[in-house]
Amino acid sequence: MTAHVTIRIQEEDFDIAREIEQLTHGRTDIGAIVTFSGICRGTEGGDTIAALMLEHYPGMAEEEIRRHAEEAMARWPLQGLTVIHRFGRIAPGQNIVLVLTASHHREAAFHAAEYLMDYLKTSAPFWKRVDGAKEQNWVEAQARDEAAAARWTKS
Amino acid sequence: MKVKYFAWVRERIGKAEETIEPPASVRTVEDLIGWLTKRGETYAHAFERPRVIRAAIDHAHVKPETAIAGAREIAFFPPMTGG
Repeated sequence: MTAHVTIRIQEEDFDIAREIEQLTHGRTDIGAIVTFSGICRGTEGGDTIAALMLEHYPGMAEEEIRRHAEEAMARWPLQGLTVIHRFGRIAPGQNIVLVLTASHHREAAFHAAEYLMDYLKTSAPFWKRVDGAKEQNWVEAQARDEAAAARWTKS
Repeated sequence: MKVKYFAWVRERIGKAEETIEPPASVRTVEDLIGWLTKRGETYAHAFERPRVIRAAIDHAHVKPETAIAGAREIAFFPPMTGG
């Protein structure tokens, strides 16, 4: 069967169980699903936050994620993958991002999910603004995220 | 060409997009940042640390030395913080 790739950028929430069902429906060649979901924390740098505001670059966001999804499909034997990234206002406890990877054996699914998340952090055009009780601040990019993405380019 | 701005670059400039016609002497992405910086205080504030600014041409990441000839849409934004 062909690999099933789903990429969505959306304001609304997603249902993890339903996304797994859509990825695996009617198939018996999948032996492992790795699920990563990123969730909005209630604190940022020790301060309580009201919400995150996620801004994105429509068009480029989908294209950039698709480029990395294709790279993941080329690097690991995957049966399919799903990436969903939300934008707009996201309150503490709510979902931000979902990555599902499906493979025969768990190793490929684990590696591909980690690869996709590392690149989502550093090259997908999304920006987080923290909305606190009194002020709004854009989140600074982390050097550790750049380092995490860079390790995939080493052989 | 169309230029788009995102996150704090957009906030500092005070607009999300505009159409510009830089002179032929503006050949690369970093030339364009330099040219935009001279358009006023809001631009100078947005581009005050040019090394921090990321750019994309027609939805693909580019480096400061990339030529802008033929670009339909150029975007400027801070380092990304999604995921």
